[in-house]
Amino acid sequence: MIRASHKQPGFLAALLHRLAGIALAVFLPIHFLALATALNGADALDSFLKATAHPLLKFSEGAIVVALALHMALGLRVLAVEFLPLRERTRVVVSLCLAAGFAVGLLFLLNAG
Amino acid sequence: MAEGSEAMLSVEVWRGTEAGAFQTFRVPQRAHQTILDVVTEIQRDLDATLSYRFACRVGMCGSCAMVVNGRPRWTCRTRVSEVVSPDGALRLEPLRNFTVVKDLAVEMTTFFDKWRDAKGSFDPGDARADFHVVPPASTERQAADAGIECIGCGVCYSACDVVAWDKDYLGPAALNRAWTLVNDVRDGGNDARIAAVSGSAGCHACHAHMNCTEFCPRGIAPTYSIAGLKRAMMTRALRRRP
Repeated sequence: MIRASHKQPGFLAALLHRLAGIALAVFLPIHFLALATALNGADALDSFLKATAHPLLKFSEGAIVVALALHMALGLRVLAVEFLPLRERTRVVVSLCLAAGFAVGLLFLLNAG
Repeated sequence: MAEGSEAMLSVEVWRGTEAGAFQTFRVPQRAHQTILDVVTEIQRDLDATLSYRFACRVGMCGSCAMVVNGRPRWTCRTRVSEVVSPDGALRLEPLRNFTVVKDLAVEMTTFFDKWRDAKGSFDPGDARADFHVVPPASTERQAADAGIECIGCGVCYSACDVVAWDKDYLGPAALNRAWTLVNDVRDGGNDARIAAVSGSAGCHACHAHMNCTEFCPRGIAPTYSIAGLKRAMMTRALRRRP
């Protein structure tokens, strides 16, 4: 049974924030390694970029964009909770953060298509 | 009301200490019955060895908190009708993040020691010539009042994930108390208090999951109190001259 404290919007926000952060932490070294292939010349970078045309990688790209947008939106929410003299309506604010994250992902996928 | 015509509750109650098991009792469901009424009925009529704690029965003393159907609550002010599952099932457990003494009674020494460690007692500071007049409507007093009605029930501490991860974490109640005193203009102990809550077990450990704020039966928002402490600490750090 999932405990009641783990069904709250605040916990969901923290969980997604953390998971999105882990996804970005995994992505970034791979991203830098990919950029580093340019050190071996344009051909090396191009051959790597060709490999990213695979549909699965395109989808992963979308997921990373969603992760980035979610991480930013939820991070801004934490900053607002901690620094602004306002009391949020957690359920509404977390829903807006999720909506913003997925909207950015959707825009990216529409653009990619 | 005749016994036979009443709906019956199936109440699973934790028996034992950290190791133990649930014992099921059948208790008649009554109008306006509270969870504490159910526990008292079990202890008085069904099993006198059941241990639990209560005192005031009106939401003032903070003694009777338990985990009811997975959620920590003050049982004297929680009606059965609000929380019972449709099949009449209730599950009562001792508060999480506390050492269980027996059955539903938990050891609260660590919890209150942390209030002391967070400098949660009033410090009069330097003696004053006269009373310190604080108008009740002033912003300062209202800031202090925001968290002052804590009854020390332990619901927030039980619901807090950070307390579960880090046994040294001061917890929402102690930090809320510290923030209340930071806002009390009569208090003279804020340097020591801010230092006490700024360590690795203090306000910066809070992950803002907001379970404390969500579950506090008094409607206090410890998450914002802890955020206030973070701001106060940062302001002091920026003002400090080398």
